[in-house]
Amino acid sequence: MGRFIVRRIAGMIFVLFAISVIVFLIFNVIPNSEPAQRMAGKNATPQLVAAIKKDWGFEDPLPQQYLTTMKKIFTGELISYSNQLNVNEQIKKGLPATFSLSIGAAVIWMFFGVIFGYLSAVRAGGLTDRLLTVVAIVGISMPVFVLAAVFLKYLAFDTGIFPAGGYVKLTEEPIEWAYHLILPWTTLAIIYVGFYSRVLRSNMLDAMGGDYVRTARAKGLTERQVMRRHVLRNSLIPIVTLFGLDFGAVVFGGAILTEAIFSLNGVGDYAYQSTVNLDLPPIMAVTLFGAFFVVLFNALVDIAYAYLDPRVRLGESAQ
Amino acid sequence: MDGVESIDGAPAGRSPWRLALARLLQNRVALAFLGLFVLIVVFCLAAPLWSTHVAETGPNDTHTLEKVTVDGEKRDVVSPDGQPIGPVWLKAGGKFFLGADGRLGRDEMVRLMYGGRTSLFISLAAALVTTLLSIVLGLMAGYYRGWIDAVIARGLDIIWAFPVVLLGIALGTALAVGGLQIGPISISGTSIWIPTLIIGVVYVPYMARPLRGEVLALREKEFVEAAVAQGAGPLRVMFGELLPNLWSTIIVFFALNIANNMLLESALSFLGAGVQAPNSSWGTMISTGFELIQSAPLLTILPGAMILLTVLSLNVFADGLRDALDPKSRVRLEVEAHSGLIEPEGPAV
Amino acid sequence: MSGPILSVDDLRVGFVTEAGRLQAVDGVSFDLAAGEVLAIVGESGSGKSVTAQSIIGLTRSPNARIEGSVKLHGEELIDLGEADLQRIRGARIAMVFQDPMTSLNPVYRVGDQIVEAVRAHRRTSEKDARALAVEMLDSVGIPSPEMRVKSYPHELSGGQRQRAMIAMALALEPEVLIADEPTTALDVTIQAQILDLLKRLNRERNLATLLITHDLGVVAEVADRVLVMYAGRIVERGGLDDIFYDPQHPYTWGLLGSLARIDQERTDRLPQIRGVPPSLVGLPPGCAFRPRCPHAFDRCTEMPDLGSRVDGEADHLDRCWLEPERKRELRQVEGRIGLEEPV
Repeated sequence: MGRFIVRRIAGMIFVLFAISVIVFLIFNVIPNSEPAQRMAGKNATPQLVAAIKKDWGFEDPLPQQYLTTMKKIFTGELISYSNQLNVNEQIKKGLPATFSLSIGAAVIWMFFGVIFGYLSAVRAGGLTDRLLTVVAIVGISMPVFVLAAVFLKYLAFDTGIFPAGGYVKLTEEPIEWAYHLILPWTTLAIIYVGFYSRVLRSNMLDAMGGDYVRTARAKGLTERQVMRRHVLRNSLIPIVTLFGLDFGAVVFGGAILTEAIFSLNGVGDYAYQSTVNLDLPPIMAVTLFGAFFVVLFNALVDIAYAYLDPRVRLGESAQ
Repeated sequence: MDGVESIDGAPAGRSPWRLALARLLQNRVALAFLGLFVLIVVFCLAAPLWSTHVAETGPNDTHTLEKVTVDGEKRDVVSPDGQPIGPVWLKAGGKFFLGADGRLGRDEMVRLMYGGRTSLFISLAAALVTTLLSIVLGLMAGYYRGWIDAVIARGLDIIWAFPVVLLGIALGTALAVGGLQIGPISISGTSIWIPTLIIGVVYVPYMARPLRGEVLALREKEFVEAAVAQGAGPLRVMFGELLPNLWSTIIVFFALNIANNMLLESALSFLGAGVQAPNSSWGTMISTGFELIQSAPLLTILPGAMILLTVLSLNVFADGLRDALDPKSRVRLEVEAHSGLIEPEGPAV
Repeated sequence: MSGPILSVDDLRVGFVTEAGRLQAVDGVSFDLAAGEVLAIVGESGSGKSVTAQSIIGLTRSPNARIEGSVKLHGEELIDLGEADLQRIRGARIAMVFQDPMTSLNPVYRVGDQIVEAVRAHRRTSEKDARALAVEMLDSVGIPSPEMRVKSYPHELSGGQRQRAMIAMALALEPEVLIADEPTTALDVTIQAQILDLLKRLNRERNLATLLITHDLGVVAEVADRVLVMYAGRIVERGGLDDIFYDPQHPYTWGLLGSLARIDQERTDRLPQIRGVPPSLVGLPPGCAFRPRCPHAFDRCTEMPDLGSRVDGEADHLDRCWLEPERKRELRQVEGRIGLEEPV
């Protein structure tokens, strides 16, 4: 197991480096305009632009620029020239909201996804199954921010059942925290639950035709025991990887849009505000950290996968 | 009727494409949703007709201080407190059919049609960009293998590490200000080619990785070895032997890609990193409409519904295509996902 | 213990498919007594696996039509409820399958899978069940069983995996063991070991063993009695010597003729039975083997009954209209038993 982890981390470091280079290229090299001008944003005075040019070293050779930029980002010196706020600070402030949203939604959609997937596999072809397929396809076709807007309008503004946005700290008022997150959680969950349940269903149907399932039945296990201990267990493993790939994308993808609609003051909301204002330094930082998070999280998932599926972990030394 | 002529009285077969088409034609649901998609496209293409002959206004023409005759009565297009008129339907001869779009008093129906044109154009064009790049990269990586494959595969993995929306925002905002220069071609920051190229590039790994996987698998098969042994050069093998076997995968992914592009474009435009003023798309319409969500929810719901219907019809049709091209492929794609080869298409953003 | 342990009478298993009714098993009858090994031989599609699996109801499904009788000590199993059948599976009738790599769950340890089987039927503690697992692994000849019990299936060799499956099957001391092609997925050398193991266990535990195989070599190794199946029916039934030295059905001759034997001169080509097994959907009337039989004559359009045609051998049955004398002539091909000269 140890060797596996070491190799995985080594590969990861290379990817992280490549990501940082790409981010650098995107913001400082590729666009066809003055980098200093771009960084300065909307309130750019010529003095500001000149100061930025010097500070960031835009006259220096590219590799030097790269190092300067990375230094700024990782040592927390990066500030937004539009509002003078320290970027890393702002990101830190937004993390609780973003993670509350993402993790909460993920728990909900995984929980229901597994239940619905299991039910529709066991009763394949039945009503649950067909309903689920419809929910799944509509879920992946729905623009998440539209669903959020509809919820906000009809379940918050109009009827007042739920609060109309805003984030309350978990540590301050847990109940309010959850109350404010119910609509955002539901929005994200609806998008993903159908998809995950379909994947589980498909995995289970595959597994049910497997030889070891036949052996389990021949041993005299009840249908329920067969389903739970053999079919479900083996079907959940690929779901873990899939979830790993998705979760990273959700945190810095679908969550951005949901945070924007519900004004949750998370990292996504911060990215949104910066986008609207064409304020580049925050976007640069969020992009970099976002990609980093995805890579790190995937590595963790890979390691968890190796733990769950002994074939992967021991694959190297098997005969 | 049969695709192949019989030789020596042996029974003639029907080409796999014929069979696939037959299966597709039996799938009523898929065909119905294809019809829906076509309807939506026609709807958007009819924009100039509607705008000239029915609504008698353009998508960007403002009518804030004007009045419109509804059932004989004159009404404000935009009320004094900023409330735009709601759907008038046909009561004003088609003008403001779906109402006005906010303080600027633009015709919502006309905007919906023109916005759709932008969204559809970007989605389709980006899909072409993605497909072209994916085919080239997939073929090269799969055919040459070795270090070329290593570089391409690594590169694709790295791009794929960026959450799609985030990468779109990054590129969108960075390029919005000054635009892009590719060799001699310079593209302005407000051109719709910017979001097109961004979306096209961002989704390359989505299609290129599965294609690469298939090419790698096909590469091992005898007919490829035979062609190489006959002296076929790389181009002949890639385009003559490998590519023909990829078409069914490409077609399905192409359809799904258009759907994903539509979702990404609307998300980016909503956030302000996609289509830039003066152009508008369904995404930008939702962005402006959202400001009036409480008093005029239709301004958000209408473009939102259009996006949903377009994407839904493409997804259902693509499912039907996949079933027709390989009835077992539904199982296959999800099995291959376990091996990391392909991710089953989950929510795009 | 008098009388057979397992009694199968006119078992018929059909499946309703899009193409029509597929009759996989069409009237199979046999008895199985304690301590004996009965082999069912046939090509793929002969119905031998379906017969075996139907005994413990593994073929039950909405589109399956199962008729006839399967009695375990006189208790009818065909219409037995699922819950009662589950109690019999594993505990009184155990089954071992062909490919131990896929037949064992890859994510559970071998020991745990045995423990699961044990605890499904007995109120044993985890500790005791585990001890039993170690004991069983030892009894099937797996070295260092206390270590192996914690291994995953893919960490064992093919032969060890199959031994583990056998250990799991016998852990609850069943009376009947059904082995469905237990050696087909194994190397030839390992095959011999597993067959020896099965013989030994059969003797030690006085098991009634039903062995399904397509390989006559395997049959010769372990079987006491043999059933030859073709197109869902028994075409010959008898003792081991009867089948090998006095086979009565042309299909059996074909099977014997296609064996490569070192004690006889090599022919240029290994004889094969020409043609292919028939589709089991809408089988034409008459003897099912007729299209492939070089000795078919006009009577064969009528389906032969399964009966004893050899004097003095009441337990040697066959399904061929030819006279036993004629059979003795016809089956001698190039100095050995066979169906016809290789083409």
